[in-house]
Amino acid sequence: MDTAPQPPTLPALSLEALSFSYGDRFALNSVSLNIKAGVFTALLGPNGAGKTTLFSLIARLFQPSAGRIRVGGHDLGSQPNRALARLGIVVQQPTLDLDLTVAQNLRYAASLHGLAGGRARERIAALLDRLELHDRQSHKVRELSGGLRRRVELARALLHEPPVLLLDEATVGLDVPSRARIVDDVHALAARGVAVLWATHLVDEVRAGDRVVVMHRGVIRADAERDALIRERNAASLNDAFAGLTVGEQAKAAPAAAGAAS
Amino acid sequence: MSAAGWAICFWGILVREVLRFLHQRERFFAALVRPLVWLLVFAAGFRAALGIAIMPPYQTYITYEVYIVPGLLGMIQLFNGMQSSLSMVYDREMGSMKILLMTPLPRWYLLASKLAAGTAVSLIQVYAFLAVAWAFDIRFPTAGYFAILPALVVTGLMLGAVGLLLSSTIRQLENFAGVMNFVIFPMFFLSSALYPLWKLEEASTVLPQIATLNPFTHAVELIRFALYAELNGPALAVTVAALVAFLALSIIGYSPAKGLMRRRAAGGGESG
Repeated sequence: MDTAPQPPTLPALSLEALSFSYGDRFALNSVSLNIKAGVFTALLGPNGAGKTTLFSLIARLFQPSAGRIRVGGHDLGSQPNRALARLGIVVQQPTLDLDLTVAQNLRYAASLHGLAGGRARERIAALLDRLELHDRQSHKVRELSGGLRRRVELARALLHEPPVLLLDEATVGLDVPSRARIVDDVHALAARGVAVLWATHLVDEVRAGDRVVVMHRGVIRADAERDALIRERNAASLNDAFAGLTVGEQAKAAPAAAGAAS
Repeated sequence: MSAAGWAICFWGILVREVLRFLHQRERFFAALVRPLVWLLVFAAGFRAALGIAIMPPYQTYITYEVYIVPGLLGMIQLFNGMQSSLSMVYDREMGSMKILLMTPLPRWYLLASKLAAGTAVSLIQVYAFLAVAWAFDIRFPTAGYFAILPALVVTGLMLGAVGLLLSSTIRQLENFAGVMNFVIFPMFFLSSALYPLWKLEEASTVLPQIATLNPFTHAVELIRFALYAELNGPALAVTVAALVAFLALSIIGYSPAKGLMRRRAAGGGESG
């Protein structure tokens, strides 16, 4: 599998003027973004901002109406398999097979990336250890809590050692300790050099030093390091800055729309 | 990915399908009981009413039970194809289909692997049914038990491809039962599974023509001849052509540009 490290100047993931629409409804409008290795990039946006659509384009579930996606320099349109091989993805929906055990789920996922035998066993064991799931490997997924299931999904996304990790609302439905644990795990991966794109609408998942990309109505509204963004927006917190970029806009749009209608 | 990687991926998909099948014991028993009811109850009743003339591949008069076995083997594969389709719609609703579609291999290969894995599961069911039929003294030439294997692979792939195509067009699990009624029953009853086409001609001039256009008829005839270690060339040609057509349409249905994932998302499947 072609997952050799790329030159440091090359972004791990590059989105160039991406646009997408559902029929005549625009979901993404000329989104450009470079994701770098070793950086935790939080894609912050309210529900309906276009985050899941963006992830679906990167995962090649949809095809963009305009623009280009490159993963480690490989164009997703013309070299989809090379590009996808460099991605580890945790999607918003739970996707594990509930009737299979943790180990069976991971072996299946490993096989999809061409890993079998000793190599697969080694990777699965290492990830189960790292994510403290070793004693759960023979448990059926149905028996696991939501937090543990998410950690299994994280392990699955890392089986083929992808340089780019995408997580779409990975903490939805989890309690506070489980959320904190997943956020910790993924920050640790970024510290090891993995390029992380973390889509969320929960501001408290962003930490000092993280890069924050605010998306609203299919457009990128801000892109800066967390504290720099707070300063730029003259806000007291990231929550205020985020609200100013999204909720404030909605509040401004509402009276304008009402005025136009009257 | 290397050639070995492709093979590992196929093996992984196959193992998962078999594991899922083994976890669903009810599915196995349903697959076995359904044709057995036809064989041991319906066929016993029909035997007196329906005389079967000597016709290829049969060399002599046969009982009705012997006649309908190929159709029941086709029925097992038809239901298995639809079951695979249902599980694909379920996988899509549950999200696990995304994991397969995000695999760094060509989508046609992933779908074909899924199809082949479903066919392998149908073979387990078919041979289990033949074993039970053998126990009830409904037996075929020994060579036939081996000769039907390639025929069953082709027919299983074709009927699985029908299921795959359906799964690419059905938006929600709730719609599945309705679609099934419009596929399984016409396919099964408008075929040579339960009665020879010449028998159908006695009742209508149109129905045999429709049955001739039905790929399931050709699948059944392919199996029927193979059970006597004979090749029905035209039936093989039609079955293979239908397989290619259904598979091609399924691949289009699951393509990122034209496919269902996009239409479904447009309907508001996920937020974010």
